[in-house]
Amino acid sequence: MTSTALRSRAWKLLEMVTTPLLPSDYLDLVSPLRAGADLRGRIEAVHAETRDAATIVIRPGRGWRGHTAGQYVRIGVDVDGVRLWRAYSLTSPANRQDGRVTITVKAIPDGKVSNHLVRRAKPGTLIQLDQATGDFVLPEVKPAKVLYLTAGSGITPVMGMLRDTEFDDVVMVHCAPQPQDVIFRSELHDLAADKKLRLTEVHTDTDGMLDIAAADKKLRLTEVHTDTDGMLDIARLDELVPDWAERETWACGPAGMLDAAERHWSEHGVPERLHTERFRPSVVVAGDGGEVTFSTTGKTVDADGATPLLEVGEEAGVLMPSGCRMGICFGCVTPLKAGAVRDLRTGEITEAEPGVLIQTCVSAAAGPCDIEQ
Amino acid sequence: MTAIDPTAHLTAEQIEELGRELDAIRDEVIAGRGEKDAAYIRKVISAQRKLELVSRGVLLFSLFPPAWLIGTAGLSVAKIMDNMEIGHNILHGQWDWMRDPKIHSTTWEWDHVSPADQWKHSHNELHHTYTNVIGKDNDLGYGIMRVDEDQKWHPFHLGQPLWNFINACFFEYGIAAYDLELGKNLHKRRRKNPEFRAQAKAVGRKIRKQVLKDYVIHPLLSGPSFLPTLAATFTANLVRNIWSHSVIMCGHFPEGVQVFERRSIKGETRGQWYLRQMMGSANISGSKAMHFMTGNLSHQIEHHLFPDLPSNRYAEVAVKVRALFEKYELEYVTGPLPKQVFSAWRKVFRLSLPNKKPKVKTPAREQELVAA
Repeated sequence: MTSTALRSRAWKLLEMVTTPLLPSDYLDLVSPLRAGADLRGRIEAVHAETRDAATIVIRPGRGWRGHTAGQYVRIGVDVDGVRLWRAYSLTSPANRQDGRVTITVKAIPDGKVSNHLVRRAKPGTLIQLDQATGDFVLPEVKPAKVLYLTAGSGITPVMGMLRDTEFDDVVMVHCAPQPQDVIFRSELHDLAADKKLRLTEVHTDTDGMLDIAAADKKLRLTEVHTDTDGMLDIARLDELVPDWAERETWACGPAGMLDAAERHWSEHGVPERLHTERFRPSVVVAGDGGEVTFSTTGKTVDADGATPLLEVGEEAGVLMPSGCRMGICFGCVTPLKAGAVRDLRTGEITEAEPGVLIQTCVSAAAGPCDIEQ
Repeated sequence: MTAIDPTAHLTAEQIEELGRELDAIRDEVIAGRGEKDAAYIRKVISAQRKLELVSRGVLLFSLFPPAWLIGTAGLSVAKIMDNMEIGHNILHGQWDWMRDPKIHSTTWEWDHVSPADQWKHSHNELHHTYTNVIGKDNDLGYGIMRVDEDQKWHPFHLGQPLWNFINACFFEYGIAAYDLELGKNLHKRRRKNPEFRAQAKAVGRKIRKQVLKDYVIHPLLSGPSFLPTLAATFTANLVRNIWSHSVIMCGHFPEGVQVFERRSIKGETRGQWYLRQMMGSANISGSKAMHFMTGNLSHQIEHHLFPDLPSNRYAEVAVKVRALFEKYELEYVTGPLPKQVFSAWRKVFRLSLPNKKPKVKTPAREQELVAA
């Protein structure tokens, strides 16, 4: 018998001992980061970056397969006892010696997870991890000229790239409200101050731009401070980076900026040079009633904001699981794939996230939603 | 059932007001659920697993009498924790709000021969919705006993003190049988129903796994301690069964608890549903440890009002609920465990005989409801 077969037999025997639990339920008590466990990480340190951003240093479990600079990772964090999943760009270089990874988080207003991570996360806390993913990465063959166009926390995937790979000619245009809001500002300036790079800082009073530029250097950094300067007008890119169209560009920031960039690059016939990363694909606006999709059955119906989704589904001929029909037995719970629902008892809104199950007998549509049934 | 309806003094408006006050209590707890509650259930789960592991480890040397005693006691407590404070409450969805797939009513499985999904149907859906409604709630005497004067007497009930004792000793099997609705489904015509057959198979698989673990593998691993370990796991299961049977008997059987006619719940409002839960349940008083070991089912009244609130919150909810009982002049049935167990058993004995007096008529409130 091979050793693998022997091990799988031993595991089977263990399962017979631990039933109805699994051996891993017991192993998790002592070694939650071991190989073979569900992928988790432990927060080892939290470093403040700006007044509303922090870098979280994470020791990933043994199952972590590493990442490529520019990728993001989904993490599950318990906020007020509720597990919430969010995606954050990895800001550590892929080859970090100590095996730890970092994400850098900017607290957004009303952001449950971001505010928790920036202000309340404690070293030692276990979090859930997914493998790194995303195609906002550098190509295998180094492009000769690179432009990074970023705004706000959009700087995070680019920082991962900057720390990972050195290019011969890099220009970076970054927008932030004020100088003190620029995440990694001192490190960016250090990079530019590196003896290989020479940096000239120019405050352009006339057009209201703060321009830190290096004329013939490897890295040129332009900061746009949107509080004083107004939003970056993409047409002004010509003046900031005259050769932008020749550069392989990675852009990350708010949807408005990325939309403008995509139009601009298309209009100039170089859309293939632009790579974008969008952080928040869509914002759910909770309404009253809406179009309900039962995606497994493939049915779509209009529902008002007062009829339980269980009844909406049954009316539409969807085979809905059901029980007490009054919100106590949890026999009707069904995954909410997209959109938002309102609890008819408390008025509480629940938005779709992976793993969110709703009680269809006491939930009504709060805007368009997708029920997996 | 008592001759006088103990809720007759309440007007329809008062009942709805009572319902609103109970809703407010529920909303307050839900708004305050958070990190501390999550930490509580994780701590309990972790403690249970460690206790079970250590106890089973000690039992590997159960040939040595002190090891047998310690291991058996530990395993009994671990099994009770698994079934009561952890399993019962997680399967109620009390912890679903945490969105942790490992502590969720849809994924949890417990140390019990009845598979979680079947138990959830018969318990959460039937028992909690139709609490104490004769003919609808199978928990009322589990279909083998007469626990209220309003239930028809049959000579079979003469043996019910014995049936109840046997049920207590093998309670988990009793529950599995009644989750399967064996009494009904063993009829010739129903026996071949594919749904019943699939469920029966699932129970069979669960029993096999449980028996293999407790009565074959663990004793075998104990080597020379094979027989003492076998006796230990049997004892732990027995202790767990008798304990949970006693706690659950105290929830609905003691004197003072009301039962309801099937037709009385037609068109029942939220307030009336709450009132039925209040009158159909009984609490057990005692220490914190006592509440914990009953899985907080000692707060049976609060649990029936709010079956999906986290169990660690029932104690604080009980203070407010009890104040409402006083405000609305209702009887809050409670007492220490021995008293309540005795009361329930006395009823089992008493009702094994036919009623002495002619059967009491339906109380006034219910007649009003039917008329309305």
